[in-house]
Amino acid sequence: MLEALLLMMGLGAVSGTLLGIASKVFYVWEDPRIAEVANCLAGANCGGCGYTGCDACAAAIVEGKAPITACIVGGAASAEKVAPIMGMEVGAAEPLISENTCTGGFRAPEKYHYMGVKDCRAAALLYAGAKECAVGCLGFGSCVKACLFGALKMGPEGIPVVDAEKCVGCGACERACPKGIMQVRTPSERILHFNLVTDRLAPCRQTCPAEINIPKYIQHIKNKEYDKAYLTIMERNPLPLSTGRVCPHPCESACRRALGDEPVSINQLKRFCSDWVFNEGAQVKIPVAPDTGYKVAIVGGGPSGLSAAYFLRRLGHQVKIFEWMPKLGGMIYYGIPEYRLPKKILDQDIKRILDLGVEVKTGVKFGVDFDLESLVGGGFDAVLFSIGAWNHASARIPDEDKVKGVIPATIYLRRQGLGEPNPIGKRVGVIGGGNVAMDALRTSVRLGAEKVYCLYRREVKDMPANKVEIEACHHEGIEFIPLCTPTKFITDDEGNLTGIEYLKNELGEPDASGRRKPVPVKGSETVLPLDNFILAIGQTTDSAFAEQEGTAASRLETFKGSIVVNPDTHQTAIPYVFSSGDSAGPPGLLVAAIGAGRRAARGIHKYLMGEEMAFPETRLRVDSRRMKGHIPGTIFDRIEGIEKKGRIGQPELEPGSYERQHTFAEVDLTVTEEEALKEANRCMRCCLTCYNKDDFVQQQ
Amino acid sequence: MGDYILLAISAILVNNILLIQYLGNCPFLGTSKKMDTAVGMAMAVVFVLTMAGIVTWILETVFLKPLGLEYIRTIVFILVIAALVQFVELFLKKSIPALYAGLGIFLPLITTNCAVMGVCLINIKEEYNFLEMLVSSLAYPAGFGLALILFAGIRERIIIGRVPTAMQDTAIGLVTAGFMSLSFLGFKGMI
Repeated sequence: MLEALLLMMGLGAVSGTLLGIASKVFYVWEDPRIAEVANCLAGANCGGCGYTGCDACAAAIVEGKAPITACIVGGAASAEKVAPIMGMEVGAAEPLISENTCTGGFRAPEKYHYMGVKDCRAAALLYAGAKECAVGCLGFGSCVKACLFGALKMGPEGIPVVDAEKCVGCGACERACPKGIMQVRTPSERILHFNLVTDRLAPCRQTCPAEINIPKYIQHIKNKEYDKAYLTIMERNPLPLSTGRVCPHPCESACRRALGDEPVSINQLKRFCSDWVFNEGAQVKIPVAPDTGYKVAIVGGGPSGLSAAYFLRRLGHQVKIFEWMPKLGGMIYYGIPEYRLPKKILDQDIKRILDLGVEVKTGVKFGVDFDLESLVGGGFDAVLFSIGAWNHASARIPDEDKVKGVIPATIYLRRQGLGEPNPIGKRVGVIGGGNVAMDALRTSVRLGAEKVYCLYRREVKDMPANKVEIEACHHEGIEFIPLCTPTKFITDDEGNLTGIEYLKNELGEPDASGRRKPVPVKGSETVLPLDNFILAIGQTTDSAFAEQEGTAASRLETFKGSIVVNPDTHQTAIPYVFSSGDSAGPPGLLVAAIGAGRRAARGIHKYLMGEEMAFPETRLRVDSRRMKGHIPGTIFDRIEGIEKKGRIGQPELEPGSYERQHTFAEVDLTVTEEEALKEANRCMRCCLTCYNKDDFVQQQ
Repeated sequence: MGDYILLAISAILVNNILLIQYLGNCPFLGTSKKMDTAVGMAMAVVFVLTMAGIVTWILETVFLKPLGLEYIRTIVFILVIAALVQFVELFLKKSIPALYAGLGIFLPLITTNCAVMGVCLINIKEEYNFLEMLVSSLAYPAGFGLALILFAGIRERIIIGRVPTAMQDTAIGLVTAGFMSLSFLGFKGMI
């Protein structure tokens, strides 16, 4: 007995001592938070989180590889306990939510009739599944079976439907899906995702420069879920009220319905649901990620800067906008006239962005009131230049900056935007064929000009302005003088403009843009009497600060005024400085500036977090102007099963009415709910290759 | 030499620790859902069992038998194996991090697992000499690994099969294990 006791005590003492020594000798430093986090988890070692045991899961959480919501068994209770250890606000953890990215289902055509085991993974083993679409849902619901929380069910259309309330973001459905259709992501991950050629994208969604999920928000409108439609738009475009009014909607040019009918009036639907949310005062909750502790300065509060500010704030960064004008909005505030985009409406869009906690300082100009050195000294970790293009391009007519009565369109429209006196003569000429020219023309009509001319060097059909704008000019009595080249100003003795002389053009060989080059005809001089002449032939960025020797900003590279950037990351020659919008290239559309703002936000976020900045190889690059670069096989020549229904018209102020001709009241009006629903139901909810035919409802 | 080969075959196939002796079932069911984990577990068992076999055999011959303390064998083995696994884990973490990354997470799971304990006790019961003990301590876990990896392969297929709800997961797993056990019974009488 004594031996036994002694042996046990001896063994115990030896083992204990050895382990004690070993723990000192073989000590490996481990983050003390791992043990603390492990105590908050369920402790069941169940492996439901995807890691081998609770300790491994805790280590992954501390390393940031797993979200604090990783523990499925512990659920929200354990996430709340983990959050303070990880330095996050309680309840501020970003929720992981599953999303189905395929809208195919029963409607998707099949290659063959599959009669095997009713399981997606089994079906995918046979020629990658029976569906013609290589990335479409196979419809056997492996994800539904994999979900332990009843958050997934097979919908009536043969595609899984996620119940966001029940989804805990465990990722079981994503692992079960052989096609990568179920995607469990945090809101931040969705913001950072850009269209890939492997995604399931309708042609309109591929074309939109802001990459809005168009079929999804129209589907919400069909279901009368206007607030959800608005939130879907807000995932990609933080200025939906404004875009809904002024966007030239390149998406509609790609609308598949146009092959058998007229395209869906996508932009009017965007405007309808956004207006509905504001008019009804609907409560919408936009998720913001926990604070990252980084500060970003945005120089220029135009569309691109506002978009970048919105997305950076949602990614958890502190954002401050520095604006040189008294109001935010940039060119869409000071350039787009009141009758197209009322200031009150734009302010509502901007307020929603600022409500997320974005700081603003107006009335300060970069290079005068502050510079890069002071921003870095002020604790900003990255700087975004979205300073727009506020200088006008020259028309190369002698004395254009001396003759009284010649006004650059930017200054003309800005005066109007600022509410300053903007005297204009009875006869006004505008040179240019873009949207700025149209704005200058239509503003002149409203300021009391009796005769307004639009001069353009090519034909009217070659004008880059929106078709609806050109049409509206016709409605308002504006006269177009195409194929002309102004050569000199005619002035009176005091230097005031009395008219211009121009040469008529004829069309020559096609140039690089594919349009025929205008060539002036000698001896065709014509005189046009004018009181004012407005230059609207293009704008450049005022980047004079980059020329000042000895400043940090002088390291920026510029080309024709705009700041040179990497087009994917928007990073400049200075690693912590980025640029987006008009200041990073030729001036473009509002919606393109919004898309660029999100790209810049992604670039800045990846830079600050030390992650890979370049886009993946599979990035989808669509040229929405030339309609090129779509995913092969998604642009059809013809479609079947579509009736010609015609699109809804644009309600507008009566042409010739007092409001239309003499006030700045908004011309285009919002469609009624009835009209919006009618239009939404024309949407075929396209995906890559399949779409709803008109008899789709009866098929179910 | 022939004896050792016979002993190995007997330990791997005829007296397979999992399917014939039915020891070590928790990791058998727990880690067989994925091939990766099954392979990791198999390697960890080989590693731990060989060490445990050697240490317990030495303890038995040096202390327990001469002192006539065989009756506290079980408790002594538990203590020693537990301490040993802990020690090995600490050692690997510091000295061979690559091996720790592969095995380490499974080590605490098999601390005095019944297969480990069982083989150590078999070694004593059969009165093996040192070399025989070594072969047995290598061959039994090899048999464990064989059964585990085969089983994981089958379970990966079962997941995509159509299984009635009541039978899913562990239930069908146990039935499958039963069938595998039956087929291994075919080796009986080979030696």
